[in-house]
Amino acid sequence: MRAFTAILAKDLRVELRTLQSVPGMVLFAVTTFVLFRFGLDRTSLEGSLAAGVLLATVLFAAILAVNRLFVAERDQGGLDAIRLAPVDPTAMFAAKVTALAVYLVVLEAITVPIFAVFFLDEWTALAPLALVLLLADLGLAATGALVSSLATGSRARDLIGPLLLLPLLVPVMIAAAGAADPLLAAGGPEYDRVATWLAVLGLYDVMFLLVGYGVFEFVLED
Amino acid sequence: MATGTKPAGGVAAQHAAHTPETAIAIRVAGLWREFGERVALQDVSLELPHGRSLVVLGPNGAGKTTLLRVLATLLRPSGGEVSVLGCRLPREAWRVRGRIGYLGHEPLLYRDLTVVENLRFCARLHGLEDADGRIGELLERVGMASRAEELARNLSAGMAQRIAVCRTVLHDPELLLLDEPGAHLDPEASALVQPLIGPRPGRTRVTVTHDFRAALAQRGIALLLGHGGSVAYAGPCEGLSASRAEAVYRGRLR
Repeated sequence: MRAFTAILAKDLRVELRTLQSVPGMVLFAVTTFVLFRFGLDRTSLEGSLAAGVLLATVLFAAILAVNRLFVAERDQGGLDAIRLAPVDPTAMFAAKVTALAVYLVVLEAITVPIFAVFFLDEWTALAPLALVLLLADLGLAATGALVSSLATGSRARDLIGPLLLLPLLVPVMIAAAGAADPLLAAGGPEYDRVATWLAVLGLYDVMFLLVGYGVFEFVLED
Repeated sequence: MATGTKPAGGVAAQHAAHTPETAIAIRVAGLWREFGERVALQDVSLELPHGRSLVVLGPNGAGKTTLLRVLATLLRPSGGEVSVLGCRLPREAWRVRGRIGYLGHEPLLYRDLTVVENLRFCARLHGLEDADGRIGELLERVGMASRAEELARNLSAGMAQRIAVCRTVLHDPELLLLDEPGAHLDPEASALVQPLIGPRPGRTRVTVTHDFRAALAQRGIALLLGHGGSVAYAGPCEGLSASRAEAVYRGRLR
């Protein structure tokens, strides 16, 4: 637990000091909303289109943070420093997942209201939507941390990361969009099938957290 | 006690024969390490008793850093057996981590953390929860107390090396693995860090250096690696002449 808190606190401190990930993600998301607004020439979105615009934007914004997640560990020797300490390597995985999830929550806290201003006629869906986004964030963070650690040793990591990550995240997109679609329906949120899709999201999260827990130690080996 | 691929003979080999099993800090037998097609270490064998110092010499690319990283549990051996502080590597690496202090080519400092934040981070990883006193003492000893709140990115290479020495000895390790510890340090800074990483009763040291003349003047054990990572000499420092070491460096001897 001490390693988890030490690594997480270090990552959050560095992000607060350098603002290298979250501001870029927010800027990317807001710019994408503006482009969709003019590209689709719509002032209002609902159902699957609204869910797709929101979730695709969050997903691509997340890639910016995923690419940076292990930069300090790789470039400044942090990986060696942590591996030399008597700590469980999976503490690092847990800390990276949590840090990425925190970045995503902050991103969404800022950009989902902006999305609502741009595209939604009513805001009653935002509360249940938060649960969908939270579960999607966990899946994104678990998969993102694992892929980022895999790609970090490669010279083409900025390319390999997204190439590995995007196919793995297709189930998250399908389940999150399936849950968000009825919530963003025209005329107000509907709750049919939402629970089923949330269960799928939860299952995906648990599966990738377990996979990460199981393989992360080997990923860190030379 | 260091022994090469073939028994080094002389004092080293005799001492090794009488050393109790428990007194061996490092035992390496037939170690190979490959990076793809390239062989970095081939058939390296050595034994080093607790509390002794081993100096590792050799030209660039001879595998000195690779050997140190294998001993530090940062690289897996491709073949052979490695035991450090009684733990077989890589299987029992988790048991030996935390008992080793490793000073490599990189200072292993986060550039966007201050000096003291970097050391606190390492202290927490090593379970030293209330380490501020120890950190303050170490910074004082390496002459960096006034820079404690400086971001690591603003330090010169020599200053970063002094902080890296503090990080290496912060948890008072039993075994020090030092890869050119004097790199970037001026004579004054070298004198400041030497008491922290120098010989001490009960502490085993492995030091990689290119300054073979100074290294061979010390009392200790030498391991000379030739081009291709093979053992050119292993035994007491006094048994290795500077001229022979120089010949290996120049590639005239293997």
